[in-house]
Amino acid sequence: MQLIINDTPQQFAQGLTVSELLEALKQPALGVAVAVNAQVVSKSQWSQTRLQDADRITLFKVVAGG
Amino acid sequence: MLTIANTQFSSRLITGTGKFASGQSMQAALSASGTELVTLALKRLDLVQNKDDILAPLQELGVRLLPNTSGAKTAEEAVFAARLAREALGTNWLKLEIHPDQRYLLPDPIETLKAAEQLVKEGFIVLPYCGADPVLCMRLQEVGCAAVMPLGAPIGSNRGLLSKDFLDIIVEQSQVSVIVDAGIGAPSHAAQAMEMGVDAVLVNTAIAVSPNPVAMGRAFKQAVSAGRTAFEAGLGSVQKNAEASSPLTGFLEHL
Repeated sequence: MQLIINDTPQQFAQGLTVSELLEALKQPALGVAVAVNAQVVSKSQWSQTRLQDADRITLFKVVAGG
Repeated sequence: MLTIANTQFSSRLITGTGKFASGQSMQAALSASGTELVTLALKRLDLVQNKDDILAPLQELGVRLLPNTSGAKTAEEAVFAARLAREALGTNWLKLEIHPDQRYLLPDPIETLKAAEQLVKEGFIVLPYCGADPVLCMRLQEVGCAAVMPLGAPIGSNRGLLSKDFLDIIVEQSQVSVIVDAGIGAPSHAAQAMEMGVDAVLVNTAIAVSPNPVAMGRAFKQAVSAGRTAFEAGLGSVQKNAEASSPLTGFLEHL
């Protein structure tokens, strides 16, 4: 299936969860937040949230700031 | 002790983590500053270039993290950013900031109040960056903000307490902690704010862009501590005319 990750289309296996996506992208769990189709996905739901073809995933990370 | 939302801090210096030359420099400067609460921001993840790890040096310091909503221009965007920050860091503490104008980065009072009300309902501990407007600060307190963070001067301007007279009123009226955020460019500004009785100050640029951030972090620590001690000791009254410190007995008049 195709996912749009931060505006870039990428191919992944069907039925991927948010947790599995972050693992595949080598992202740590801490300091990262995920929105699927502009809805924030709670970290407690990452392992149960299955992604669908054409989902728009937005990944955010914590950075330095004032 | 500084108390915010039933949490106590020995340090009254809150620091930002932006603009440091490196994570190492930031860690050393924050350590020297004695800060226990530091701000962070969020951005979209760059999947190609994603190397800087801001969290590891902060975890080593053991400081509490205070994510901000910088980049939000409306209440709706700020609420979205707050929810992201909560998931990213596992904290419901939030520095709410909404500044649509890029030139002066002045906070939007209407959007800030609207977002604060919503976020308090969602269980966030909200510390809003706001103008030094005593009426707005009361309104933010009424909707349940854990502190108010009025500005001294525009963010990063290093201009000090341009809003001093209004900060005085805010300190007088506020039932929650008052944290002067933005504009503090020198330890003397921080000391002045603390002498006025504000509960804490937030400093970022002045420490981060100093040629010696570690020494500047230490200088701010000392200034905040000195200012607080002076406030607690009680300052003398200000008056126009002189008042002699030595006895004026006229003992030389008949020589």
